[in-house]
Amino acid sequence: MYGNAQIDSKDKAKSLTDGEDPIKLAEFEARITRGEKIEPKDWMPAAYRKQLIRMIEQHAHSEIIGALPEGTWITRAPGFRRKLALMAKVQDEVGHAQLLYSAAETLGKTREDMINDLINGKSKYSNVFNYPAMTWADTAIIAWLIDAGAIINQVTNSKGSYGPYCRALERICSEESFHLKYGHDNVVFLATGTAQQREMVQDALNRWWIPIMHFHGPPDKVSQHTEVLMKWKVKMATNDDMRYRFLDEYVPKIWDLGLTIPDPNLKKNETTGVWEYTEPDWEEFKRVINGDGPCNKERLQVRRWAEEKGAWVRRALLKAESKYTIPLA
Amino acid sequence: MSSIDPRINRLDLPTNEDGKNVLDELEQWETYEVFHQKKRGDQHVHVGIVHSANPELALIMAKETFGRRRQTANLWVVKSSAVTASDYEDQDIFETTPEKTYREASDYYCMDRIRKYQQEHGIKDRKEDRRKKKDLDNKEPVKKETAE
Repeated sequence: MYGNAQIDSKDKAKSLTDGEDPIKLAEFEARITRGEKIEPKDWMPAAYRKQLIRMIEQHAHSEIIGALPEGTWITRAPGFRRKLALMAKVQDEVGHAQLLYSAAETLGKTREDMINDLINGKSKYSNVFNYPAMTWADTAIIAWLIDAGAIINQVTNSKGSYGPYCRALERICSEESFHLKYGHDNVVFLATGTAQQREMVQDALNRWWIPIMHFHGPPDKVSQHTEVLMKWKVKMATNDDMRYRFLDEYVPKIWDLGLTIPDPNLKKNETTGVWEYTEPDWEEFKRVINGDGPCNKERLQVRRWAEEKGAWVRRALLKAESKYTIPLA
Repeated sequence: MSSIDPRINRLDLPTNEDGKNVLDELEQWETYEVFHQKKRGDQHVHVGIVHSANPELALIMAKETFGRRRQTANLWVVKSSAVTASDYEDQDIFETTPEKTYREASDYYCMDRIRKYQQEHGIKDRKEDRRKKKDLDNKEPVKKETAE
């Protein structure tokens, strides 16, 4: 699962390339234009490093926090097969966090720093995980539609320029395809079941539609930063582009099941081919991402609890002569 | 605090939000590079890293992270600090490698010279018949198609 990287609005730098060696910068950009990957030890502009650390770190946090709303349903999953599948999915998500933290580490931020920043609220993670999974149907909607949005994001980003991130994403995408099928299977089962089951999945869709529309982030402001980040293949598509791709692929599949999407204005304009919809409340998005969502506090407390409870094991095994080395790739 | 999740409510979560770091430096242990072999006889290929306190635990972590979802015959773990790598900045030291075409089989072709010599001296090309047949065979399907 994935939370999209946002351009930092607090970043006051006039230009992302201020103070960089023009010759090295030109070589770096030419390499990206040729489609070559950038590796950890290569020269890179400071803004490229900074933006990638933030983006990969947020992605890693999203995986590890994203495991929580679904993870709590393992004990209550209906049937052994679903319980086993959900366990595998949740373990996948935590594994994805491992891969992504490793990729971010290659850029020079230690794993302890990243996890501390998550728990202290300095780093963000995908907004959608600040909402609760009220029923089993919520987990079905998350596994199908949130993971679908994530796959669109991740497949796009796997064509980016930073080698370790691309390699992690390729591996992640192949595992996510199981999540998508598993989630779809669960939604179909409920939607074709009893009246009560249909109502349950419709309610879950109603609850999750706004977070789903929030998922790819607010429409990008056209800025010089966006342009540079796209040239550097850090940002591979605009947030709206990703949202259109998601709607194009999944709205028809939701309608196939006779479910109602809670947006009367949602339709594909047949002449322009563009999806029209009611803009979700972006003030709510900002409020929730800044800490005021229904589950923000609980999510971070659970994370903190897990780290504190595991501390004695980690410290008991730590050797005095240990030295941190930035991983190679 | 009351969560909608009964499991969370039983946890007795910490309420202290002092902003202090939970993790100390190196609490996630050192990094190990992981090499994965798909089946016996294949090369071991670098697939990523794990954090571990010792090599034995690193193998367990590597199994969980990289051997869980795909065919695996063998794993290697090596401390990241034990790897000495060449520098991408020095990539030009490898530049002559593809230039030395005299070491490539594909750089040697002398059939044209042999055929020329054979024609000039009336020596029969012993592969000529086979070559002509092959050319015909290749043309055959095209002829059929046009006939139909």
